[in-house]
Amino acid sequence: MTERPYPPCSDDRSEHIINALQQARESSTPVYIKGGGSKQHLIGRSCNYTVLDVGGHRGIIDYQPEELVITARAGTPLVDIIVALEDEGQILSFEPPVFNGAATLGGTLACNLSGPARPWGGSIRDMVLGVKLINGKCEQLNFGGKVIKNVAGYDVPRLQAGALGTLGVLCEVSLKVLPRPDKTLTLCYDMSAQEAVQHMNQQAGQPKPLSGAFWLNGQLHMRLSGTTSAVNSTVTQWGGEIMANDEALWRQLREMTLPFFDDAGALWRFSLQSSAKVRIDFGTTLIDWCGAQRWVHGDHSGEALQQAAVEAGGHVSLFRSGDRNAEVRSPLNSVEQHLQQRLKKAFDPDGILNPGRLYSWL
Amino acid sequence: MDCIIAEAESQRPFECDALTLYSDLPLLVVLPETVEQVQSVLRICHQLSVPVVARGAGTGLSAGAMPHPEGILLCLSKLDRILDIDVLARTARVQPGVSNLRISEAAAHHRLYYAPDPSSQIACTIGGNVSENSGGVHCLKYGLTVHNILSLDVLTVAGEKLTIGSMGLDSPGYDLMALLTGSEGLLGIITEVTVRLLPLPERAQVIMAGFDSVSKAGDAVGAIIAAGIIPAGLEMMDRLAVQAAEDFAQAGYPKEAAAILLCEVDGTAEEVAQHTQEIASLFEQHAATSVTISRDEAQRALLWKGRKAAFPAIGRLSPDYYCMDGTIPRSQLSFVLSEIYRLSEQYALPVANVFHAGDGNLHPLIMFNASDTTAIHRAEEFGAKILELSVSVGGCITGEHGVGVEKLCQMTSQFSTEELLQLEDIKYAFDPALNLNPGKGIPILKRCQEYRALPARHQHD
Ligand SMILES: Cc1cc2nc3c(=O)[nH]c(=O)nc-3n(C[C@H](O)[C@H](O)[C@H](O)COP(=O)(O)OP(=O)(O)OC[C@H]3O[C@@H](n4cnc5c(N)ncnc54)[C@H](O)[C@@H]3O)c2cc1C
Repeated sequence: MTERPYPPCSDDRSEHIINALQQARESSTPVYIKGGGSKQHLIGRSCNYTVLDVGGHRGIIDYQPEELVITARAGTPLVDIIVALEDEGQILSFEPPVFNGAATLGGTLACNLSGPARPWGGSIRDMVLGVKLINGKCEQLNFGGKVIKNVAGYDVPRLQAGALGTLGVLCEVSLKVLPRPDKTLTLCYDMSAQEAVQHMNQQAGQPKPLSGAFWLNGQLHMRLSGTTSAVNSTVTQWGGEIMANDEALWRQLREMTLPFFDDAGALWRFSLQSSAKVRIDFGTTLIDWCGAQRWVHGDHSGEALQQAAVEAGGHVSLFRSGDRNAEVRSPLNSVEQHLQQRLKKAFDPDGILNPGRLYSWL
Repeated sequence: MDCIIAEAESQRPFECDALTLYSDLPLLVVLPETVEQVQSVLRICHQLSVPVVARGAGTGLSAGAMPHPEGILLCLSKLDRILDIDVLARTARVQPGVSNLRISEAAAHHRLYYAPDPSSQIACTIGGNVSENSGGVHCLKYGLTVHNILSLDVLTVAGEKLTIGSMGLDSPGYDLMALLTGSEGLLGIITEVTVRLLPLPERAQVIMAGFDSVSKAGDAVGAIIAAGIIPAGLEMMDRLAVQAAEDFAQAGYPKEAAAILLCEVDGTAEEVAQHTQEIASLFEQHAATSVTISRDEAQRALLWKGRKAAFPAIGRLSPDYYCMDGTIPRSQLSFVLSEIYRLSEQYALPVANVFHAGDGNLHPLIMFNASDTTAIHRAEEFGAKILELSVSVGGCITGEHGVGVEKLCQMTSQFSTEELLQLEDIKYAFDPALNLNPGKGIPILKRCQEYRALPARHQHD
């Protein structure tokens, strides 16, 4: 196999991590696992434990463009990975936010964060092929691998997506990567939210190179990415106004820096059936992911939001601000709760890894 | 058909899956017609601590659905209704016994389809597909089962109902969808599946190329990916497979070639035209001895017919064959194939290769005669060697057929003891008494210390 010219990484901190975990285990004091810290106050409940800083455990370990696979330590900043891929004309198809460069590979997997391309480019959960992790028993374990298909054993790598580090400290992650599309272009339409949800879902049912569909303040934006010829012919067929400087718009959407996100109060995230009608009005809504992800602000009653989410086939979570000592995710029933607790125990019997970060009882 | 089968003779059709080397008879075969009946069966078995083995269509290739001699074989094949197709949301809600192909057929008049397409798609069930995380010819571009499902209804070993996933693209708590997919009936019984549907592509075209060596064909595979094209499918067949498939299906394959590649591109008309030209010239640059571009749908279907009929075609050459399923990094293709040919000579058993080259997922078909017991042992040893070879070049022991009974021993070459114990703890979290499909999927070290040295226990007929 040809080795690529990456500087050898001297920042393997796995021993330090294992030592810290052993100490935590012996003294029964849980740790809060911190990568780049970009999402410490987002997504999960607040945790005031000793910080286990894993951001220093970084570096690309292996990248074979023709295999479509990259492997890096979990503390590697996403931007390092994105730059390495760019040199080879490849991308992370799930378009993750990099949060001013602070976001790490491990944190992105733990939070299962994906950008506007999610419905078409998949999520990091879809693209993860293998992980090396340290479980709550301080064992270093490898699951999955560096090949595109692998069904030996349960899918532990994907299970880490969204687990917020509660099942193990991620050390290495292998991802499937994809070629960068030749051309990207955005079409705009004036529409109400209702019309936009209908329209984006209808268009997504056509075999066209759609790669983004989001609506805000009466404007629907449809992004096309693919071969130049395919993008151009779709523009001719679909019509709409071609947007200038569209890249900045999608970047702001991905990084959550659109003015919509300026409001410092509670920010709620709905994950719904893409075609779901907006039943109850919770104020200004940003609709992304072809309707499957919707954002609202404000101090709403959790139950009202929850009921709306269930009716729309999904769930709701308190993404940022608000009361982060209360539950921040949709409740689970007793059967689900029991299973989740047993699963947590299977990886972390002493409860030292981010306990309570996902749910107070987990 | 009866819903309960107790007599041995009537149970015979259920004694094995498509890996016939492993077979056994259960206490009872049950074929429930409703989810409530499935639930009752599970509750009773739970109370009496009776093992339960789920079965879809029995097309599995790792003996995952082989009955347990002291257990119930729970066939989900009668739960075969398509419950709902939501055209706007592009989803279908189906029962577990619906065959893979029926979903796409039902969706076709909405110009939608279900992407994962195992070669067994006429018969295999969606429940079986989820349990094995099945792939197919098109998963290079469209992903495996795990990428194409949204939600599952599951019954736990105790018969408790669980809905996992959602109509959205993620769900709160741990991703049980990820765990259940590919879990081979060890964690729960799947009673309903909501799949994602994709728009049927405007156009698809197959480019077939013949090569005078497998290594040139392997290089051409790498060149396509390196050119930034992700074909919908990229399959390779070596000489023996080409000859068998051509004799069987008259697909128009070049029988003199050492290997052929079948590359399908799909998308908008313009995109397909562009990629077809690019790929055809890449093939020529890599010294293809012939290049054929499908001129119409009929020829495209014919070119695939040969590929999809390759297994039965091999079945005509040899009384029995044994299909392996290792995956490898694409760059190792020619090395691994040359090793397989060497082993074929060493074990004096012919081997044909027909596989998902784009994914690096090999399917060596080892030909043998099962009436010759030494041939069976040689075939098994040969197969085991191939899997170990796959692991040693950085691959894995199974890309899509699952571990079942067949690959339990090789699990120890892919995983350390601690890793196997972690998998075992996941199993205990769902099924503390180990009643769901016991003895499959993962070696249970706590129960059987001897696994690392254990030859597969099974009956040969
Ligand atoms: C000719 C041929 C070609 C094939 N080609 C491919 C291919 O291209 N790609 C591929 O991936 N596979 C392929 N296979 C393998 C096989 O078809 C797949 O594994 C398929 O998904 C099995 O489905 P089934 O309904 O037959 O499941 P079965 O064989 O009946 O069962 C498979 C496993 O799933 C479990 N199971 C079944 N239903 C349920 C349920 N409802 N709930 C819980 N557990 C359940 C069983 O216990 C068992 O462990 C091929 C097989 C053959 C014979």
